[in-house]
Amino acid sequence: MTNNWTDIKNADVVWIMGGNAAEAHPCGFKWVTEAKAERGAKLMVVDPRFTRSAAVSDHYAPIRAGSDIAFLSGVINYLLTNDKIQREYVKNYTNISYIVKEGFGFNEGLFTGYDESKRTYDRSSWEYEIGPDGFAVRDETLAHPRCVYQLMKKHYAQYTPETVERVSGTPKDKFLKVCEMAASTATGDRSMTIMYALGWTQHSHGAQNIRSAAMIQLLLGNIGVPGGGINALRGHANVQGITDIGTLTASLPGYLAMPTDSEPTLESHLGKRTFKPLQANQTSYWQNYRKFYVSFLKSLYGEKATKENEFGYQWMPKLDVAYDVLRMFEVMHQGKTTGLLCQGFNPLMSVAYKAKTVAALSKLKFLVSMDPIETDTVRFWENHGEFNDVDPSKIQTEVFMLPVTSFVEEDGSFTNSSRNIQWKWKAADPYGESRRDIEILADLYLRLKKLYEKDGGKGAEPFLAVDWNYKDPTHPSSEEVLKELNGKALVDLKDAEGKVTRAAGSQLASFGEMRDDGSTDGVQWIYTGIYGPNGNMAQRRDNSDPSGMNVYGSWGFCWPANRRILYNRASADPQGKPWSDAKKYVYWNGERWTGADVPDFVPTIPPERGTGPFIMNPEGVSRLFARGFMADGPLPVHYEPFESPVTNPLFPKVRGNPVARVFKGDMEVFGSAKDFPIVGTTYRLVEHFHYWTKSVHMNAVAQPEFFVEISEQLAKEKGIRPGQMVRVWSNRGQVKGKAVVTKRLVPLKIDGKTVHQVGLPLNFGFIGETKKASPVNSLTPAVGDANAQTPEFKAFLVDIEPIPGPVA
Amino acid sequence: MNMELSRRSFMKGASAGLAGTTLGSLGFGEIEAAHAASIRPFKLARTKEARSSCPYCAVCCGMLVFSAENKAGKLEVTHIEGDADNPVNRGTLCPKGAGALDYIRAKTRVKNPMYRKPGSNRFEQVTWDFAMERIAKLMKEDRDANFIDKNKDGVTVNRWPTMAFLSGSSCTNETGWITWKVARGLGMLQIENQARI
Amino acid sequence: MFPPIPNPTTQATPAKFGEADLIRRSASNITPAAKRQTEVAKLIDVSKCIGCKACQVACLEWNDLREEVGVNVGLYENPHDLTPNTWTLMRYTEYENPESGNLEWLIRKDGCMHCADPGCLKACPAPGAIVQYSNGIVDFVKANCIGCGYCVKGCPFNIPRISKVDHKAYKCTLCSDRVAVGQGPACQKACPTQAIVFGTKDEMKKWADKRIADLKSRGFKNAGLYDPPGVSGTHVMYVLQHADKPQIYAGLANNPTISPIVELWKGLTKYAGLTAIGAFAAFGLLHHIVSGPNRVSDEDEKNAKRLAQGRS
Repeated sequence: MTNNWTDIKNADVVWIMGGNAAEAHPCGFKWVTEAKAERGAKLMVVDPRFTRSAAVSDHYAPIRAGSDIAFLSGVINYLLTNDKIQREYVKNYTNISYIVKEGFGFNEGLFTGYDESKRTYDRSSWEYEIGPDGFAVRDETLAHPRCVYQLMKKHYAQYTPETVERVSGTPKDKFLKVCEMAASTATGDRSMTIMYALGWTQHSHGAQNIRSAAMIQLLLGNIGVPGGGINALRGHANVQGITDIGTLTASLPGYLAMPTDSEPTLESHLGKRTFKPLQANQTSYWQNYRKFYVSFLKSLYGEKATKENEFGYQWMPKLDVAYDVLRMFEVMHQGKTTGLLCQGFNPLMSVAYKAKTVAALSKLKFLVSMDPIETDTVRFWENHGEFNDVDPSKIQTEVFMLPVTSFVEEDGSFTNSSRNIQWKWKAADPYGESRRDIEILADLYLRLKKLYEKDGGKGAEPFLAVDWNYKDPTHPSSEEVLKELNGKALVDLKDAEGKVTRAAGSQLASFGEMRDDGSTDGVQWIYTGIYGPNGNMAQRRDNSDPSGMNVYGSWGFCWPANRRILYNRASADPQGKPWSDAKKYVYWNGERWTGADVPDFVPTIPPERGTGPFIMNPEGVSRLFARGFMADGPLPVHYEPFESPVTNPLFPKVRGNPVARVFKGDMEVFGSAKDFPIVGTTYRLVEHFHYWTKSVHMNAVAQPEFFVEISEQLAKEKGIRPGQMVRVWSNRGQVKGKAVVTKRLVPLKIDGKTVHQVGLPLNFGFIGETKKASPVNSLTPAVGDANAQTPEFKAFLVDIEPIPGPVA
Repeated sequence: MNMELSRRSFMKGASAGLAGTTLGSLGFGEIEAAHAASIRPFKLARTKEARSSCPYCAVCCGMLVFSAENKAGKLEVTHIEGDADNPVNRGTLCPKGAGALDYIRAKTRVKNPMYRKPGSNRFEQVTWDFAMERIAKLMKEDRDANFIDKNKDGVTVNRWPTMAFLSGSSCTNETGWITWKVARGLGMLQIENQARI
Repeated sequence: MFPPIPNPTTQATPAKFGEADLIRRSASNITPAAKRQTEVAKLIDVSKCIGCKACQVACLEWNDLREEVGVNVGLYENPHDLTPNTWTLMRYTEYENPESGNLEWLIRKDGCMHCADPGCLKACPAPGAIVQYSNGIVDFVKANCIGCGYCVKGCPFNIPRISKVDHKAYKCTLCSDRVAVGQGPACQKACPTQAIVFGTKDEMKKWADKRIADLKSRGFKNAGLYDPPGVSGTHVMYVLQHADKPQIYAGLANNPTISPIVELWKGLTKYAGLTAIGAFAAFGLLHHIVSGPNRVSDEDEKNAKRLAQGRS
């Protein structure tokens, strides 16, 4: 979230699309109902189904799953053609006036530079024209035909309300009402928040869905302001923190990058990422990348990391390719993976194309599950009839099921969706023989260390170089580790006059203190300050709100630097004055930036310097035109899902995102509209959390059995009665469940054709207290987003039929 | 009163008109004495309270976890409700959070290390020492066989391509770092978490 | 936001109300204390309800109840009805508003209304099995319950359920144990959107006014409070978008009243010189009317009728 849960209360319009906050985040959703009740805010919901969020909305518009970019592009077109943009904001805080270099183009659904054989783009033409001063060229009049404004007008012209209706199935009047409600916030004294979740990410064009929404917010001047923002409602309790720490194939903590084969030296890695400003007087904060990287290496390798050995850079593994989950299971399916450790993870349920997942797991030599409860994955080798029809005797995988403490049986910190890091205290003794993850991993580390010290072996040196400096090496405490994340001074840090600013051994107060000479360490620069000289800030429990803006700045600690709204300098105009009294938040008081929040800006830089609010970007402004930072284009384009009921009505030659992640074998099992005429979409239910609470009795009571949601029209067409068992199948598998026939789903007219959609809740499997069911990922395609490689769970093709027999 | 007196026999006895029956003789007098005992004693009295965070979604609702010692002298959770001091959830919880007690006590909680042999159709209980020693051995064997220190161009790459780690997003930040450190320290590249999917 | 009730304490706390605050007791005569507790109420704002069932789960958890895992019968409701363990239940209605043309998903939390004039209590023949406190809570006393089921029939909202296990009647207690220490009911505390709030009945009515004004501003011109006079008002009230049509909310009673037969029974229990035989005769009649003739013998029925008629 650029903003945060409580800030939603400051919104005048709440737009939920690509998510269902009432269903998936009920207690965060309270701030929507509060904004409505206390401010008179209006809620609009765009979704294939009339959802629980829609139940309390002021306006609902249906949409065909997978057509969000067409819809959002229609909104952008509406804002541009009706001049419903916050001009001053857009001119000063976005790259709308930047001129794109000659040679850039877009034709029949493809940008310049496409290589069909490799399914990739050469993105070199997607860049700014650079002037003789080394800075990007702008045209403040916005008249230049290659300026971003003109390119956007051209790019978006075809997304008329009629086109939106034709592609997305949203009736024109309902679409226009969304446009009008959004446009009402282009004024500077009103703001709109956009709340989304996996309804936008789980597409082969997921990242561009979100970019589209962010662009709308920039055009309306809604980024960096209270009640605004582009707000990802994240799934797991600590998925934000685990993303921050970077247990992702290409990540290091704090959004630093893994070294690759093409970066043989530390300098070759750092050189590429130390971005120089593209305009005068810009912060370009990633210039500090090397300070964060070196501090990280100092934490990882401790005293062994020296200037002479590139701070241990050579010990780090280097990436040949990125092993996202889709590739991980592809490689496993090819029999190239020996072992898999699953920590609180149930891939049999959560990875696309279950048949492939089971086949892949069966090829492992060993599987280790570390989880408080039994998962479907840890029993993948067990026969559960039609729900998991395997022959155990043919599966040679050794399986370990290790008992792990539950959340109440250990202390530690979680980072919520608002980037707020909060401590939890241990409340109970471990269940049975269960152990903390940290103890299990420490045990594993120490056993392996002993083996390498005794017997040696390949790669002994890089492994033994890892620092393991804990009071009790077998039981690193959460407090110790949090301190390690924060970082400390390794020698006395001195300022230019030689005065000691931070004594050796002291915890750092902010990442501004980090250095690139090995004199500081710190795993996670964005968290620095969490455990500074004043102790564990995650434990702060002061819920006062002096500004009355629902900020709660003394509750826990928010990264970065305890800022609650990102880019908040944009809540003031270029002169530093709030855009309006109603949205007064961070402003220039004549001497410094101040206000309700910690300024996301150098507090002493005066407005006259023209430093932009988007301090991470070399331009200092945000990007409507993404340059080469997106794999699939600098502007979003409507691409159909890989399994779609229609040929792309706008660009008939392109099937799906041209650079989406898809492997050959997975491509071969895509279904076509001829055989599978119905759109399937998956989602979670409020009564359950993923595949976890099917093991929780009270939740199993509240929602006991897998079901399929269908419209009354489809029920009639197929002869399906409410409560009857139905079979839903795709080209990859089938599921069976009870039919919930509802008015909340309606068939849509797409490009002249009636399209039905069926809803498939994802929470059911064959382990737990709910009725046994086949996972919905038996149906889903293994194709991933071009940028994030997130699988396309939200739009694929199926067919449905009733199963004869007694109803319910 | 006669606790066994069923509705049916009670009805029969009365409306058949048995002479001289009074409320007292049916035993109601005793109940008069046990007046209005409807209010349960407050069950949190004398429990131990800890501030926690909901393990499910990323709203991270503040929770109050109440526990008491069980017969074995172990601290066991007896009740969970929302923490009204938390600025986000203000004491509220969704049906998952409100039911978290049954997660802690789930029938499918894993109590002991379990092991399934190749081709077997069941799990068997093993000791921690057996499980960890075996896992470490399997890992080292494979790492010895498949670790790559240099790529074909001679660049030091120190990677272990045949081992994968799916890291949990319901784990703490601290667990996340220990996970990263152990997995990358061993040279793994196949590391992913739920953020991807 | 309605100010959240502060967190509970783990210190032993004396109950704020108890038997001295009874104003009614089934099949008994009592003299209520002159000093009355402030009336409390739970306000359920249907327009804020997202149907998440947090209330259902919190109710099970707090009251140490566990329900069987059921099946899906093509609906979102689970369980499918109130039960001896399920004291509150979300009921879902898909309503096509003929005026706006919009679909509305009306979700109502069903459960005991804690009527000011409780039909269950009046119908109850077992002395002290149902009690009413001056703060408005109507509570069942398990030890005194004979499982006859008259409360079910006496209730204009069809709420109490008889357990097949112990043959006792069960329903929502308004978490009398929590209210007794200054807390709100478990369902109210859990409710993510404050669709359920709890406080004094006066506060709740004022809060409802604010909500109704908001709903009217959004075009729900018949928004209003459900506090039905037929039972002298309730201590669980609803804010409804369409207060002119309670029945569209999964059959919420338009104008709930206590059955005249129950009123007769109530009259009899008040009669000082009442003999047991008369009393039993009257509830024999009551039973006949509400349960149907096949559940008592003809002889029972005849006797009961004759005796009751003689009385009236």
